[in-house]
Amino acid sequence: MLTISTGNNAVAAAVRQAIPAVVAAYPITPQTEIVEQIANYVTNGSLKSKYIPVESEHSAMAACIGASITGIRTFTATSSHGLLYMHEMVNWAAGARLPIVMANVNRALGPGWNVWAEHTDSLQARDTGWLQVYVATVQEAYDATIMAFRIAEDRRVYLPVMINLDGFSLSHITQQLEESEIGDFIPPLMLDHAIDTKAPAGYGCMTPSTDYFRIRYDIERSMRDSVAVIRETEDAFATKFGRKYSWTENYRCEDAEVLVLSMGTLGKEAEVAVDILRDEGVKAGAMRVRWIRPFPELDLGDRELVVIDRNYSFGFGGILASSIRAKTGRQCYNVIAGIGGQEVTYNDIAGFIRNRRIGEETWFGVDA
Amino acid sequence: MFEIRLHSRGGQGGVTAAKLMALAAFRDGKYATAAPFYGAERRGAPIVSFIRIDDKPIKIYSQIHNPDLVVVLDPSIIDLVNVFDGLKPDGKVLINATEVPAKAAGYKVSLVDLTGIALKINLIVAGSPILNTPVIGALAKMGLFSRESASAAIKEMFSDERNYQAALMAFEELV
Amino acid sequence: MTDIRVQIVMSGTSATEYICKCTSACAGCSSSLILRHVLKAAGPDTVLVVPACCTSVLQGVWPNTAFNIPVYNVAFAAAAAVASGMAAAFESMGKNTNVIAYAGDGGTVDIGIQALSGALERETNFLYICYDNEAYGNTGMQRSGSTPIGARTTTTPGGKVHKKKDLDRIIAAHNLPYMATACSAYPQDLAKKVQKALSIKGPKFMHILAPCPPGWRYDASKTIEVGKMAVKTGLWAMYEREYDLLTISGPTKAAMIKPAPLEDYFKMQGRFSGLKEEQVKTVRGEMERNLRMLKAEAEGC
Repeated sequence: MLTISTGNNAVAAAVRQAIPAVVAAYPITPQTEIVEQIANYVTNGSLKSKYIPVESEHSAMAACIGASITGIRTFTATSSHGLLYMHEMVNWAAGARLPIVMANVNRALGPGWNVWAEHTDSLQARDTGWLQVYVATVQEAYDATIMAFRIAEDRRVYLPVMINLDGFSLSHITQQLEESEIGDFIPPLMLDHAIDTKAPAGYGCMTPSTDYFRIRYDIERSMRDSVAVIRETEDAFATKFGRKYSWTENYRCEDAEVLVLSMGTLGKEAEVAVDILRDEGVKAGAMRVRWIRPFPELDLGDRELVVIDRNYSFGFGGILASSIRAKTGRQCYNVIAGIGGQEVTYNDIAGFIRNRRIGEETWFGVDA
Repeated sequence: MFEIRLHSRGGQGGVTAAKLMALAAFRDGKYATAAPFYGAERRGAPIVSFIRIDDKPIKIYSQIHNPDLVVVLDPSIIDLVNVFDGLKPDGKVLINATEVPAKAAGYKVSLVDLTGIALKINLIVAGSPILNTPVIGALAKMGLFSRESASAAIKEMFSDERNYQAALMAFEELV
Repeated sequence: MTDIRVQIVMSGTSATEYICKCTSACAGCSSSLILRHVLKAAGPDTVLVVPACCTSVLQGVWPNTAFNIPVYNVAFAAAAAVASGMAAAFESMGKNTNVIAYAGDGGTVDIGIQALSGALERETNFLYICYDNEAYGNTGMQRSGSTPIGARTTTTPGGKVHKKKDLDRIIAAHNLPYMATACSAYPQDLAKKVQKALSIKGPKFMHILAPCPPGWRYDASKTIEVGKMAVKTGLWAMYEREYDLLTISGPTKAAMIKPAPLEDYFKMQGRFSGLKEEQVKTVRGEMERNLRMLKAEAEGC
């Protein structure tokens, strides 16, 4: 069915297709619309889920953990301070190998209060063992949410998945959305280590160093195995629904001599900047990085790189740029932009590319 | 691409009006996006929404700085915000008012009394006249989208018949 | 993926024993005694949710466990919320499995109270048990909100200056279908209360006094005597409240009529060695107020 939707409502609509048995919900701007819409579905009977209106985000993730370990499908959504508040349980969910799916609406961190888009919230959770995907359109928010359940619940993965969408600029924008009947696209969840009172077992008790170490290594092994699962899932999705996704979305990259890399909605805006530069005779291309965990192999060639980071690791650098440098050994021009919802237009991005200074970092608009 | 900037106050239905515009354009077979820009989410605070309509997918998420059309749901905002900022030289302005505000002199202004229409048919929710559905009628008259798509959009989002009536009245009233 | 669960190591114990003879609890540990009776009362179709506390340690070390029941260990603040999710999940599957959160006083009156309050307010179908040894025992006896005034802990070397938090009245304010207090020294009373709690749908709460030999500084052999003395003095009042109906348990009724001297309870424990006269007065005042309120409620005044 072709309709229009906000990014938030697209996530909720995808959750309705996935039918989690338990949804834990706590409101936070700009995520609230997701849990409101799911509450509507549960109230009007179009989604048969137990809806737990928890008293905090810490409890939202805790409730998902308690529900998930019984072997059922779970979902929650959060943003910014909510994600930080549940950080302990975010780690726990991955360590407990639970296929929880969570939408995080990317928002800046206080103080001061700022409800607009920034990726520092979810990137602070990049070392937790969660898979993380960043989306840029309403359709992609819907599709990625559906795929997240299948990826998380795959026996080769058994790790939670976080779908990240930019606060307001994607969560609240209205675009067209094709809703799909997913049928058997997400197989029934079979959690091998689910609680069974007929075969009692302990979970998460005191664990000596060597065993603990091995269990942590297992998380990394599954993270590596998830690469194939993500590829298979995105391919199966393309075959079934005709919408194709991959590790990155590449726009006019084939013959490009300079690439602009970014995440989220800025990546779409960058495509418009590329068109402008191409008209000027500059061979530019835009590469939007979708998956951050597992971090993809990037096909960068020997092209010059401009990396836009809507986030920052204080004392170190933009996190996408740092990751690219660490993974590929390539230098780049790192532009810190869009922090706290800063307005960044395609003209601005064209300017970043035109005025690139490889090896340097700049804070757009504030770095004199 | 046709770019519209819509000015309203929190609680007047500007965000819904933007969604309706996108839906109507979408029902015309166009691509459309509607992006409200939220400041403080208080009733009465000035709010701006950005609507883009195009024949191809829209990749722009940033604000509209050079609109083709400015829509003002509350004329009192004109005293607070420069609603004409960046308006294209041939750009148009639609204002919910019965006479042209002084600051609007020199612009291509169309007037429609959306508040009057809402009050006339008692389209009032929680004490406020509803402006978001009548404005769709006026915009259909301006050729932003077809009359059929405008009515389809309204009927898709609202079950109360008065919303359609109000849009029809605005359509007929706008010269 | 490695199976991260742990297997039962001990066998040969009675089918109705769910705690095998290989816990790493301290000698005279009354919290493991409480749990033994809780699980016997609850039966095998039970899942235990345990936040950080002595119980997370005494169940044993991976890949072995001393508990013959599914135990889900969780982060300190999370027990009630994890139990919420679990209860909802079992409900969605049509299962009647008991969900019991078993938490210490620190995990209940301090860091876990927000999640607990939320779970009670949402009418979660579970039993939350706070076993109260009046300090953070697992980390070596630091003060908690449940530590009584005057008690020495490692963070109150001069004796605690603040009163014990009145957890039960906080819980009672949630108007839940069943709540009860109990003591490790009265296992039959305790077991009956657990059974009654589990027969009721909705949120249930039990607050069980758990004397702790190393923390309270008394000989391990005296763990039952100390528990009994807490009740006999009237300091630890045992009762159950089914909706609005309060029933005071037998030993507390007796203590209301003829209480044992409070000083006898303090004298048994090294933690009270520095107790000041005015602190005894404070404790006595609090105790008398508590008993007066309970009596008035039980008599319907």
